[in-house]
Amino acid sequence: MKRRDFLATGALAATLPWHARAAQPSPAGEVAASAWGSAELRQLGAWDAHAHVGTPGATPAKRMEYLVRIADRVGVERMCIFMSPPWQYEPTPEQFRKSNDDVLAVLKEWSSRAFGFVYLNPTHTRASLDELERCVADGPMVGIKLWVGCHCNRPELDPIVKRAAELDAIILQHTWIKQRGKGNLPQESTPMELAELSARHPGVPLICGHTGGGDWSLGIRAIRSRSEIHADLGGGDPVYGEVEMAVRELGAARVLYGSDVHGRSFASQLGRVLGANLTVAEKRLILRDNLVRLLRPALKRKGITV
Amino acid sequence: MERRRFLARAATVAAAPALLASTPPAPGALIDTNVSLGEWPTRRSWAGTPAQLASRLRQHGVTAAWAGTFDAVLHTDVAGINAQLSAACAREGDGRFFLPFGTINPLLPDWEDDLRRCHEVLHLPGLRLYPNYHGYSLDDRRFATLLAGAARRGLFVQISLSMEDDRSQNPVFTASPVNAAPLLDLLPKVPGARVMLLNCSSRVLGPGNPLLAKLAKAGVWFETATLEGVAGISSLLDKLPDLRLAFGSHAPYYYFEAALLKLQESPLTPAQLAAVRHGHARAALASA
Ligand SMILES: [Zn+2]
Repeated sequence: MKRRDFLATGALAATLPWHARAAQPSPAGEVAASAWGSAELRQLGAWDAHAHVGTPGATPAKRMEYLVRIADRVGVERMCIFMSPPWQYEPTPEQFRKSNDDVLAVLKEWSSRAFGFVYLNPTHTRASLDELERCVADGPMVGIKLWVGCHCNRPELDPIVKRAAELDAIILQHTWIKQRGKGNLPQESTPMELAELSARHPGVPLICGHTGGGDWSLGIRAIRSRSEIHADLGGGDPVYGEVEMAVRELGAARVLYGSDVHGRSFASQLGRVLGANLTVAEKRLILRDNLVRLLRPALKRKGITV
Repeated sequence: MERRRFLARAATVAAAPALLASTPPAPGALIDTNVSLGEWPTRRSWAGTPAQLASRLRQHGVTAAWAGTFDAVLHTDVAGINAQLSAACAREGDGRFFLPFGTINPLLPDWEDDLRRCHEVLHLPGLRLYPNYHGYSLDDRRFATLLAGAARRGLFVQISLSMEDDRSQNPVFTASPVNAAPLLDLLPKVPGARVMLLNCSSRVLGPGNPLLAKLAKAGVWFETATLEGVAGISSLLDKLPDLRLAFGSHAPYYYFEAALLKLQESPLTPAQLAAVRHGHARAALASA
């Protein structure tokens, strides 16, 4: 046995077959980069729950143009967009209004491909409620993005959640668990805190951004008992097991594809769904249908049919 | 325009019931420079056996894969681990699909004989090192000695800068990412050394990182497993056209499909695509 293996590996090294295989000549022009040729992939029709328009470009609309061009290569049809750079951990009202102005500028030209979520900092409760009126009640946006400005279990969020529910605007709250919570930013939320918020607002759908990030196995557990909370898979490394565990513990109807571009790629985040050991029906829910269902009430208010 | 797109999509979803599960063969060779056999200690794997790993990779057009073993991270019987890896690679298919990359820990007694066996007994094409799990940094003189020994024997050296996101490690099983900066001083002093960095993450591959440009200039190879960002591969090659960037997946720790789609996401010229798919990997081993 040992000798046979030795001979086999010795022969392998001696013949260097990995060098010997000649590449087939590439045809001129653009070629299909992988076994997933562009045609099939482009028709996937995924809806992305989590995108930032920080791609290159002189204006917000130009940045979106670039993002759309790349999204088309991998079958992403629509994107929920929010938070225009530069990032501010605890933005002032002036700063989040400026960020939202950029998203409004994108929506003017790209409403066919993007849905806008208004960026708020609940620490500034009154200003956040006013901005919610400006961008969602009186504007074209359909959801709310909360990042790392205020722990999401704090009472400042309650009037925002109430008003969001009246407007059918879904809230996507960033969550991460770094070093079991010890490495989080001062005001960064965890899935456990989102579950606390949800318990005060039964029946209001929420999206758990990143579902705890790399420690998704804790994040999924934390939101398991709150059926209103949906898991956004995006933003972390494409570590095997997350998608399967989310579907097993939450059901496929509570799991959403999100990429967190431009920091992440579409590819790594789509790849984890496409590569997961799930049925085709489950993948379709995650890649598109769940987000369609969650956004439908808000889209209906805006007269957008999908 | 929008309506036409939507109709086209609706029609074709029905025509693709497998949702990209099985696909026609890709053009040319595809070499995955970053796979591992076995299971990572804190995760289940989608590939229970080397045969299952090979099967999935082949299904997606991979023609060869450079394989380490997760056992190499924690086990100290390095000679035994390397022999098992070599044997497992030889058993798969015709013995040509997996290329074994054994490990060396230069802090262990008589590591020099482990190195000798990798070269003279197992005839491995290269080594895969895990400095953060094995307890040394790249400015350690014992690493310099190992690199020189590998260079003398013509062994290609892969250095894994990380295996998992250090923000989400189990608290009793942590390792900080390896700092690659000492290579800038070391490489000019070790003629013939050929090095590829695995799992660099955005710490090294992030846009405009001066360390990346310097390492690239020093001739270091990189791979795509942890390269992120919108059209990450083409964006990076726009800035560093001569970058030796090879395809890598970090499978089965990652879903293999994540790596594969990166090739599709980036608009690449045929020459760039060939270089990433197989050109840089082939050149790395051919220059021995
Ligand atoms: Zn984000």
